[in-house]
Parts: sequence; C-alpha cells; structure tokens
Amino acid sequence: MRDAPAILPDRGLADRISAALWRHPKAFLGLLLALPLLWLGVVYLGSLAALLLQSFYSIDEFSGVVKEEFTLKTYAELFRAQNLDIIVRTLLMSALVTLACAVIAFPIAYFAARYAKGRWKALFYLGVMLPLWSSYLVKVYAWKLILAKEGIVTWAAEGAGMGFFLDAVLALPGVGGNSLSTSPMGTFIVFVYIWLPYMILPMQASLERVPGSMLEAAADLGASGGQTFRTVILPLALPGVIAGSIFTFSLTLGDYIIPQIIGTSARFIGLAVYQLQGTAGNIPLAAAFAVVPIIIMLIYLTIAKRMGAFDAL
Amino acid sequence: MHSDRASLGLKIAAITGLLFLHLPILLIFLYAFTTEEKSYQFPPPGLTLKWFGVAWGRDDIWPPLILSLEVAAIATVVAIILGTLVSAAMSRTKFFGREQISLLILLPIALPGVITGMALRSAFSVMDIPYSVWTIILGHATFCIVIVYNNAVARFRRISGGILEASSDLGANGFQTFRHVLLPNLGSALLAGGMLAFALSFDEVIVTTFTAGQQSTLPIWMLQELVRPRQRPVTNVVAIVVFMVTFLPILCAYYLTRDGDQTAGGGK
Repeated sequence: MRDAPAILPDRGLADRISAALWRHPKAFLGLLLALPLLWLGVVYLGSLAALLLQSFYSIDEFSGVVKEEFTLKTYAELFRAQNLDIIVRTLLMSALVTLACAVIAFPIAYFAARYAKGRWKALFYLGVMLPLWSSYLVKVYAWKLILAKEGIVTWAAEGAGMGFFLDAVLALPGVGGNSLSTSPMGTFIVFVYIWLPYMILPMQASLERVPGSMLEAAADLGASGGQTFRTVILPLALPGVIAGSIFTFSLTLGDYIIPQIIGTSARFIGLAVYQLQGTAGNIPLAAAFAVVPIIIMLIYLTIAKRMGAFDAL
Repeated sequence: MHSDRASLGLKIAAITGLLFLHLPILLIFLYAFTTEEKSYQFPPPGLTLKWFGVAWGRDDIWPPLILSLEVAAIATVVAIILGTLVSAAMSRTKFFGREQISLLILLPIALPGVITGMALRSAFSVMDIPYSVWTIILGHATFCIVIVYNNAVARFRRISGGILEASSDLGANGFQTFRHVLLPNLGSALLAGGMLAFALSFDEVIVTTFTAGQQSTLPIWMLQELVRPRQRPVTNVVAIVVFMVTFLPILCAYYLTRDGDQTAGGGK
C-alpha cells in the first residue's frame, strides 16, 4: 500500500476557494465584514449624516419650503422658551423614571441574584425576560385599560374605601389630572413599568458578582443590614445600576408613544420630533430636536464609561 | 446581619415586583371578552366571545397583519445573514477597528428609536426615496442585526476552535466544514436570534411610523386605535394576536439557547 499524500489533491473549485481564503485571512475577514459594514455604514451612518445635514438647513417661514443652505438658525430655535420647556420636561421625566426603576428593580435583582436557586432562578429570569421582550404597544395599551377613569384602579380604590385618596392624588397640581390616564403621573407610572426590566437585568448581573464572603465579612465586623447595603453592596453593584440607567434614561428620552397615549398633551422630545416632521412638515427643526438626545446620551455614556458601567453590560 | 435566607420583606418586595410586571398583561385578555365597547369599564358588565368573530370579519385588519408578517420575515432573513457574517468575523480574530464595529452594531438599539426613525426619514427626504415596504424593512433589519449578532457571537465563543481544525485535518474544505460542523452547532443560536428579531420587528412601532408613510403595519393600526378608539374589544383581540406572535418566539428562543453549555467541544 502506498503512503497517502500529506496534502490532499484539490477536488475542485470549493477546495481552491477554501485554500485561498485560508492563505489570505485578511481577505477572508474583509469578505465577512463587507456586507454588514456596507449595510450599517450606508443605511445607518448615512441616515445619521442625513439627519445632521437636515438639522443645519432651515425652513422658509412664509412658503414652508426647506432651504438647503447651511445655517445655525434651526438650532437657535431650540432655545425658544417653549422648546426649552420640552427639553427640560423630558430630562426631568427621564431622571425620575430612572430613579424609580432603580429603587423598584433592586429587591427583584437582589433576590434573583442572591437567593433564587434552580427552578426559582429560571422563573425569575423568564419573569423578567418575557415582559422585556413582549409587545411594547400591548403593554402600553394594558395600562390605558388600568388607568382609565372607569378602569380597575378607580374600581379598586373605591372598593377599598380609598376613593378619596385617589381623588386627592389626582387633585395635586402639576402631576394630577382628570384621571390617571390623562395625568403626568400616569405617564410616569407607565414609563417605569415599561423600562423596569431593562434595569433589573444589568443590576442582577452586577449583584451576582458581589462575593457572598464580603457580606459575611461585613456582618462579622458588626455592620448592620443598612450599613452593609450602603458601604458594600451598593458600591459594588453601582456599575450595574449605571448600565441599567443608560437604558431607562435613553429609552425615556426618545419615547413618544407613551406620552401620546397616556398623559396630558404636554410634549416630550420624541413627540416634538414626530409632530414636526409629520403634520408640521418642518424636517430641519425635527432633525435638530433629534440631535438633542444624541448629545445628551453621548455625555451620559462618557460619564457612565468613567464609572465602569460597560464592564457590567 | 447576613443570612442565607431572604428576609420576608425582601421576598415580598421581589414577588410584588414580578407580579407588577405580569398582571397588567392579563387585563388585555379579560377586556377582549367584555360586552362594553365604548369604555374600559371594570369589572366588565358581561362576557362574550363575539369580538373574535368581529375581528376576523374586519377588512381593515388583514392588510396590516400581512404587511407586518412580510416585513418581519424579510427583515429577519436580512438580519440573520448580516448578523452571522459579522459575528463570524468578530469572534475569531482581533483586528483594527473591532471596537468601533461592535459599537456600530449596538448603536441602532442603544440610541432611542426616534433617532433611528428620524435619521432614516431625513435620508429618504434628502435622497427623494418614496415610501415602500422596503423603506420599512431597511429600518427593521438595521436594528435586528444586533439581536442575531448577540446570540451568534455568544455561541461562536463557546464552539471550540479545535473541532473546526479537526474538520480541516480530516480533509473537509471550508464549505464542508461550514455545512457539516459549524452550522449544526450554530443552528439553534441563529434560530433563537432569528425568532427574537422576528418578534422585535413584528411589534416595532417607533421607527416604523417614520419609515412607513401612509402604509399601516399591525402595530401602527393598533396605535391609531389607541389614539382614536372605535370598537375597543376588537383592539384587544388584535393585541392578543400581537402578544402571542411575540411571546411564543421569545419562549422558544429561551429554550433554544438555555442548554448552550452542551455545544460540541465546549467541554474543554
């Protein structure tokens, strides 16, 4: 029997292509990346460039036609009182929603990270994943049902003899309204509900990395529950909290469906963008408005990166 | 004080939190059976099955449903192809610009949807592109890539390089290795990523409102019903359909990727 050759003879085109790619790994890499980069580069970055371009155009106030000349006029319009109002209102809402999400998410994340085992762990994971992924609009709609004046909240409050309390809350100036579904408080509740899972997951991931021995050490050294939380758990879990806050903050910043369906007609950045490009036909101002969240998020991400949030993602 | 058992307070807070996440969705189901069509009265004055029939017979629901399925299907296919390619490139080699590329993939979902939507809208306006099914798909595929990428890149990391080398040593060329070794190991991750991408695309509304023009996908139909309600329980029936079409793929994706540790060559 003859020895088989060390290198097999090539059996056709497929072999030759494979060999060529093996010998030129850079070309292979380029081939793999070409299509995705072309897509993301042209479609996505191209669009972002178009957005920037549009934001430097302006609209002719009399004819309503977009003037395609470079100007900073459109950006200057952002500083009008009514537009500044929109930006401040959105920022305030995003900050409050983020804070509330962090507070509500903590016990869930902590329990899932520290105590849930086996079946319970899977249940908690699915319990957070399913609401995160399930239909956004359906969730918003569910809250419209809940918060409606004739809905379940009013029914439950009256059934429990707390109707006067609900009325008192709704009578609060600034946050109240005719019913929960037409008040800023309603908008806030729905925002918190919708973005909560985005806070739980990174928080849980970072809490899982806090070694149990540290908590025992803290207890051995005489720390109370509160002290352990403040000086051990919170600093170690902070990157996860910040990572979660990137999502809750950014998502609230750009959302325009929720304030449109639940709340007063007070505008948020997202809603302003949507209305300006649609009914108003003022694409330059809409584009300039859309640049605002980009800048805010860039600043936010820079700070988050400094605080080590990306290691927790 | 620290112990291995959760305190009662923590337990209650955690379970209340989970219930808070789930109970609202149940109401969608309840209201699909109510006899009251003009308001969201609770408790419902009576229960009926007729809205399912009414929804089935409404002509304005079918075209958006079909459009949504079409968009989600095509966007998913595009996302699977592009996401797999880029994850293959990212998982094996270190190269210049790798970090930037991973940021570029993440950006479409890291930035608020309204930015992606407005950016595409500006581009269509600058280039005079008329709205069509393809403008919707363009947007959807862009943010679906990252979903497939995340699933695929995690699996690539777990597949041992050894089995690919073994395959070459045994005389398989690149295509055969891909077909007989890589794909069977990658398959369930791609399926899971594809299902999540489908679910995400099927129910997407923010980017879609900017890229659809006068066309109506099912979520856009729902949004219009939410702003100006007509037969409210019919909206609930549609909401149940949307919920199921997104819920089932998510559950499947979870079970497909749960046992990822048993990937061939992962034991090393």
